[in-house]
Amino acid sequence: MTASDDGPAWAHELYEFLKENEITIFSYVPDAGHRVLIDRSMADPDVESIALTTEEEGVALSAGAHLGGRRSVLLVQSSGVGNCINMFSLTQIGRFPFLGIASMRGEFGEGNPWQMPMGQATQPVLEACGVVCLKAETPSDVIPCMTAATTMAYKSDQAAMVLLSQRLIGAKAF
Amino acid sequence: MNTERAKDYPLRRREVVAALLRDRDEMLVVTGLGASSWDAAAAGDHPLTFPLWGAMGGTVSMALGLALAQPERRVLVITGDGDALMGANGLASVTVQNPANLSIVVLDNERYGETGMQPTHTAGTTDLAAMAAAVGFQTTGTVRDQGEFDAVLPAILRAPGPMLHAIKVRAEDLPLTLPPRDGAHLKDRFRAALLGPEAG
Repeated sequence: MTASDDGPAWAHELYEFLKENEITIFSYVPDAGHRVLIDRSMADPDVESIALTTEEEGVALSAGAHLGGRRSVLLVQSSGVGNCINMFSLTQIGRFPFLGIASMRGEFGEGNPWQMPMGQATQPVLEACGVVCLKAETPSDVIPCMTAATTMAYKSDQAAMVLLSQRLIGAKAF
Repeated sequence: MNTERAKDYPLRRREVVAALLRDRDEMLVVTGLGASSWDAAAAGDHPLTFPLWGAMGGTVSMALGLALAQPERRVLVITGDGDALMGANGLASVTVQNPANLSIVVLDNERYGETGMQPTHTAGTTDLAAMAAAVGFQTTGTVRDQGEFDAVLPAILRAPGPMLHAIKVRAEDLPLTLPPRDGAHLKDRFRAALLGPEAG
């Protein structure tokens, strides 16, 4: 599949990857960088597409889904990572598998100064909370990073998050 | 804020929780930081109870994930007003998903019990059942005495949800009865009991 109005090919490959890895719960706070995943999960009768009001809901929801035997992914913008800090105590102390994808703002080419503080803090904050971070800078990075994150989450009981750089998804000029 | 009235509420939290869990069968239970988890432990430790010792505000959202993963099982939340208020956003996300198997009980003593019994917003103007109704819960209630509790208990345990009941309980300091404290152990034993030993 090639890039089109339907979104970039890597985003569709990412959706297929998640389905192949038995991830059937998609929870999210919307961001432009997650448009394809959100739209496809909403249109897919085989998965649950769960809109959240704030990102930490999704951290707790992921842990609950794992208790019940289902795999999930949390989609957030980097600015929402700060909302999750205390909820990561649940994944850490319970050694819950946690898989997240953060679309970045406030880094490569950011044009909105208000996005910079949390964008620059995203990876240090996640790492301080014990979340393993893998950064995808180009389309060819996406699946290898997701493969590594999914393995660490579901085989090594880790919290892992893939950061989709603005170099990949495109920097906003505002 | 009315910081006096809850001292005289007739319902006692330990008795309420014991009644909720008495015939639990295969029900899955998530309890919130902190007194609600101690209440559930006092009623008897159980592998299908996941007691939160932290992650305040996450109880309802965690139970939503569990309810979606196990739609054939009843999922009961037992939490406090402080946790429910901190995670109030999550109530709106519950009703959008509309899980029929999820029942939420808030033991509302109008206090932050773990930090010195400071009043919560429910000691003032906030009505948790009305909040739940406003975000789309079709079944809500505020329970104030034994007669009301006995009347609503079968529905809390078995009627189609999602539902939220705020149970006004006496503000009281009770002896700590602690569940196991290792989160990974709590997770593993829950999954083993629910999904089989290889899942633990």
